[in-house]
Amino acid sequence: MGKLHISVSPHLHSGRSTQGIMRDVVFSLLPATAAGIALFGLSAVWVVLTCVFTAVLSEALFNFIIKKEQTVGDWSAVVTGLLLALNLPANIPLWQAVIGTVFAIVIVKCFFGGIGCNVVNPAITGRVFMLIAFGSMAQAAFPVDSTAAATPLVQLGEGTVPDLLELFLGKCGGSIGETSVLALLIGFIYLLVRKVISWHLPVVYIGTVFLFTFAVQGDLTVALAYILSGGLFLGAIFMATDYVTSPATPAGKLIFGLGAGIITVLIRLWGNYPEGVSFAILLMNILNPYIEAWTPRKVFGGKKA
Amino acid sequence: MQKNSNLSVLVKGLLLENPVFVLVLGTCPTLATTQTVIGAFAMGLAAMAVLICSNVVISLLRKVIPDTVRIPCYIVIIAGFVTIVQMFMHAYLPELYDLLGVYLALITVNCIILGRAEMFASKNSVARSALDGVGMGLGFTLALLSMAVIREVFGAGSFAGIAIPFIKDHTIDILTQAPGGLLVYGLLIFAVTALTHGKAPKKKSFGCEGCPSAGNCMSCTGKEEN
Repeated sequence: MGKLHISVSPHLHSGRSTQGIMRDVVFSLLPATAAGIALFGLSAVWVVLTCVFTAVLSEALFNFIIKKEQTVGDWSAVVTGLLLALNLPANIPLWQAVIGTVFAIVIVKCFFGGIGCNVVNPAITGRVFMLIAFGSMAQAAFPVDSTAAATPLVQLGEGTVPDLLELFLGKCGGSIGETSVLALLIGFIYLLVRKVISWHLPVVYIGTVFLFTFAVQGDLTVALAYILSGGLFLGAIFMATDYVTSPATPAGKLIFGLGAGIITVLIRLWGNYPEGVSFAILLMNILNPYIEAWTPRKVFGGKKA
Repeated sequence: MQKNSNLSVLVKGLLLENPVFVLVLGTCPTLATTQTVIGAFAMGLAAMAVLICSNVVISLLRKVIPDTVRIPCYIVIIAGFVTIVQMFMHAYLPELYDLLGVYLALITVNCIILGRAEMFASKNSVARSALDGVGMGLGFTLALLSMAVIREVFGAGSFAGIAIPFIKDHTIDILTQAPGGLLVYGLLIFAVTALTHGKAPKKKSFGCEGCPSAGNCMSCTGKEEN
């Protein structure tokens, strides 16, 4: 006999579970993972396996040690590990990947109370931590057959515009999962079809980056190259849309996307770091409670505001 | 161990009422001088010397100092000893003097020293105040050292300036920077809380007494502010 649950209304249940949603996110990341492995070779496989394995193990161990209910079965640790791996260059030493993953899972997620309670996205914070912690993060890996010596964003900063088709397919330097925009878009469409995320945040985010860059640079090709480079699509589609750390209402998502887009361009064009996506999402994560307060959800059946 | 025995006065600063990890006082030098083991050790010793001397003098004068101007009086006494330590180091240990820089002078406003003057020395006998100074000073030094060891060994791959093979090729640079310092600090508070679980004083039990500005705070004394 099942346990009798007593709870307040509403009692309707959509039938969706955390587990199901997280599994959908993992599926949607598979094209990008496959593209990363195809581009960067076997070393990418090791990074992905290391991160996912470490993420699951550290969450399980943490829950075991503090005698908390085991939450590893909800797949969210797999998502965090996989996302973090896709944000790392393929040539990163594996021990650094392990430390970054443990930081993301234990300090960013578990210390704050586990899934649903973390104030910032674990994967993005893990990446920012590693960016500051390890010098090797700055040296991007390059595809096996690539002749380029700099990442697209560095090239753009120096005034050369990379080939747009190569950027779209991902034949350029960068992290494992960020280079192939095509693979990321396949994942995006899957998430939209499965109704895991809505289109608002990614579209506004990428649109803001495009328009802002176009306004500053005044060249359509350059602006297109800017949005196709770096981790923008990976960040906008998979990390900015994290349920826990992004607004729930469409209006809130617009504000989040707009803010993240502006910060990203500011860092890219005038900042010290070539890429600003992870910092932008992290900063907007921190602002998220305020955005949520400005854009309250309308209660079904409630009075008109 | 009796709660108020002389031994407990000495020992409580080490762990149960560690000034850095339990009372969370003196966080500024804790974060600023723990990049290197040598710097942390020197800072701990310098602060301990000032703490013992100021505790003794303040305890001696505790019946002379008028209640209303006690904080300025404490500061003058503390600043006097800090100047002595500073001049001493400048003369005999110039390298350490350069290493600690402005943080040496800032011992004057170190919360631990003012806090112990307010919480302990102004209410206890000279001998007990001296013991408290030794205990708290050792606790402070121990806390700084434990942080510095973690930060220098894993952040810079060396111990007291001597490079450690293997680890020096696998350093985590962030630990030597400010965010890493906060991170290590937080984790160590976590570790100490876990170690002393149930024994460390609860916020309530040292309540207003633990607050350096308790005497001026209306909610604690019930006195009207004048």
